[in-house]
Amino acid sequence: MDLFVTGFKNTLILFFFSAIAALILGTIVGAMRVSPVPAARATGTLYVNVVRNTPLTLVLFFFALGYPKLGLPPIDFITAAIIGLSLYTATYIAETLRSGINTVPLGQAEAARAIGLTFGQTLTLVVLPQAFRSVIPPLFSVLIALLKNTTVAAGFSVAEAGAIRANLSERGEPALVGLLWVALVFIVLVAGLSLLQRYFENKWRVAR
Amino acid sequence: MTTQASGDALVSLNGVNKHYGQLHVLKDINLQVRKGEVVVVIGPSGSGKSTLCRAINRLETIDAGDISIDGKHLPEEGKQLANLRADVGMVFQSFNLFAHKTILENVTLGPIKVKGVSKAEAEKEAMKLLERVGVGHQAPKLPAQLSGGQQQRVAIARALAMKPKVMLFDEPTSALDPEMINEVLDVMVQLAKEGMTMIVVTHEMGFARKAADRVVFMADGQIVEDSTPEEFFTNPQSNRAKDFLSKLLTH
Repeated sequence: MDLFVTGFKNTLILFFFSAIAALILGTIVGAMRVSPVPAARATGTLYVNVVRNTPLTLVLFFFALGYPKLGLPPIDFITAAIIGLSLYTATYIAETLRSGINTVPLGQAEAARAIGLTFGQTLTLVVLPQAFRSVIPPLFSVLIALLKNTTVAAGFSVAEAGAIRANLSERGEPALVGLLWVALVFIVLVAGLSLLQRYFENKWRVAR
Repeated sequence: MTTQASGDALVSLNGVNKHYGQLHVLKDINLQVRKGEVVVVIGPSGSGKSTLCRAINRLETIDAGDISIDGKHLPEEGKQLANLRADVGMVFQSFNLFAHKTILENVTLGPIKVKGVSKAEAEKEAMKLLERVGVGHQAPKLPAQLSGGQQQRVAIARALAMKPKVMLFDEPTSALDPEMINEVLDVMVQLAKEGMTMIVVTHEMGFARKAADRVVFMADGQIVEDSTPEEFFTNPQSNRAKDFLSKLLTH
């Protein structure tokens, strides 16, 4: 039971910090991909294409095994897992948001520029708030995938929920029962996210 | 010219040219608009009049020539361009109110974020403007909850909130139902009477007759005529303008 609590506590820690970091980084990268500056656009595109095309296990593998050999300040496994998950998820957030930005009519940005807002203000005050509203469902799909992807971190020594099953089986508990319990708690966590999604959808329904 | 001469041109276009690929949309445009003048730009669709209007605050870039506002040349992209745009009010055909903000927030956004006016001050000023265009009671609503005519009047209030030196209108009534056109034109006529410098691209000949100091007739990317409304409507010089007017008056 202790293992169960520690496992899911780590799952939630990984999810919470990775989600926040990925949302911030994803927004920045998404904005770079629609920027009028060619260098920013190219950087954003390169980042998305390289990281998104790499399997998550390899990204985490790098942080667990490759990173310590680079001679940089050492980081613990949970921090490494958060960084890996954030970098990976941010590419999906960026692409989701970019599709949202493309749904905002051009006239909105023109009107913002016409009253004297700078490019940055136009993006943060007018375009992004509307883009976020239109991509709530796919954005939550990305977050749900992140929640489940935290189990991949189990392979790299972070004791989170996915590790519980392995541990239970070692102790001779029936593997299937352990699996079912883990699955059940994930369903409950994801249901929580779905409720949050519905809340945002309702709150912003009237926007257009 | 009908208005009092008050110094140099407020808006000045010299030798302006623009191409869309092969299409030469603006051909050697020269246009001077003085302070307080109301210039109505008319012409058949595709004549370049909207492009001309949008070029004045650089929503369209130009290939050659020079545009200056109040003696200042239009800067390239960046902070200076943003500052200059703050002095030029723009009203669009499709209103373009910020869909996620209330009517009041639409009007206060510019003053607060661009001019650094306090929220309380901006709201007080915005309510005055909204009352003036007759939509004060709609302040807490979202744009989608208003009629087209009401939205366009809010768009005018939003532009006025920046205290612009000149107002550009790009076919402000073309997307409106007929019964809503007048409520918008009334606001514009009032604005003209108060001495606002205005450049209006429109198909509303009534407005041109009533409020314009000058009528500029464009065709195929060129300014074909530039005269007073009386002269233009009663005695057009070019065949192109005669043809255009004859088509309008048959209905």
